[in-house]
Amino acid sequence: MSQTSTTKNRPLSPHITIWRWGPAMLTSILHRVSGNGLAVAGLGVLVFWLGSLAGGADSYAQFVKCMGSPFGLVVLVGISWAFFNHFASGIRHFVMDIGAGYELVVNARWSVVTPVIGVVLTAAFWAAILLR
Amino acid sequence: MGEGTSIGRVRGLGSAHSGSHHWLLQRFTAVGNVVLSIWLVVSLLMLPNFHYITVHDWIAHLFPATAMGLLLICTFWHARLGMQVMLEDYIHTSSGKFAAFAVLNMATFAGILFGLICVLRLALGGA
Repeated sequence: MSQTSTTKNRPLSPHITIWRWGPAMLTSILHRVSGNGLAVAGLGVLVFWLGSLAGGADSYAQFVKCMGSPFGLVVLVGISWAFFNHFASGIRHFVMDIGAGYELVVNARWSVVTPVIGVVLTAAFWAAILLR
Repeated sequence: MGEGTSIGRVRGLGSAHSGSHHWLLQRFTAVGNVVLSIWLVVSLLMLPNFHYITVHDWIAHLFPATAMGLLLICTFWHARLGMQVMLEDYIHTSSGKFAAFAVLNMATFAGILFGLICVLRLALGGA
């Protein structure tokens, strides 16, 4: 698609615009979105956190101020959701890697359950933090 | 080598001559991430608070520092493999892929090294 030359305009395979949406499709896309979100924002904040700790009490206070702001909290909640969602759909990948769970009904069921588990674990994690 | 045998193709000796190694590494690092990320989440939940002294004293211990170092290597490695797959899907020119992988590799090594130096500094009493 990024090619401008007509000679390089190769036919493209059908993409998300023409398929009827199904649960497996959504879970697959969420796995990619949450994985790449973790790779950029998750690891970014992890390194920011370790760097601020290694920098001493003052730099750690800066980190707490930054991540404790409304925007910072949105980022933290987003990272935690991305982690638990990617964790749940990653376990689903392991199950499918051994050849299980490809039957239509079973596959659709776990495709729906997986992102729900991700949201539930995220809520449980923050409940545990706030109720500590 | 010709078309190769079917078992040879399964073992990753197909026309690309590679790929299953990448796929397997994605799984090996994923297994490591499962163990290490559960450790991190449980550890964070078990800390009484997130004050500087509390977190510093925890991470400075040998076991947490080692686990954090392993977590950095394993998660950055897994993320680098995953982002490669994503970039391969959306960047269609070889020059674009070259540039993207160059940035990805540098960011990965920089992130791992910076994180490890932070952990070492905390564990060895430099901060």
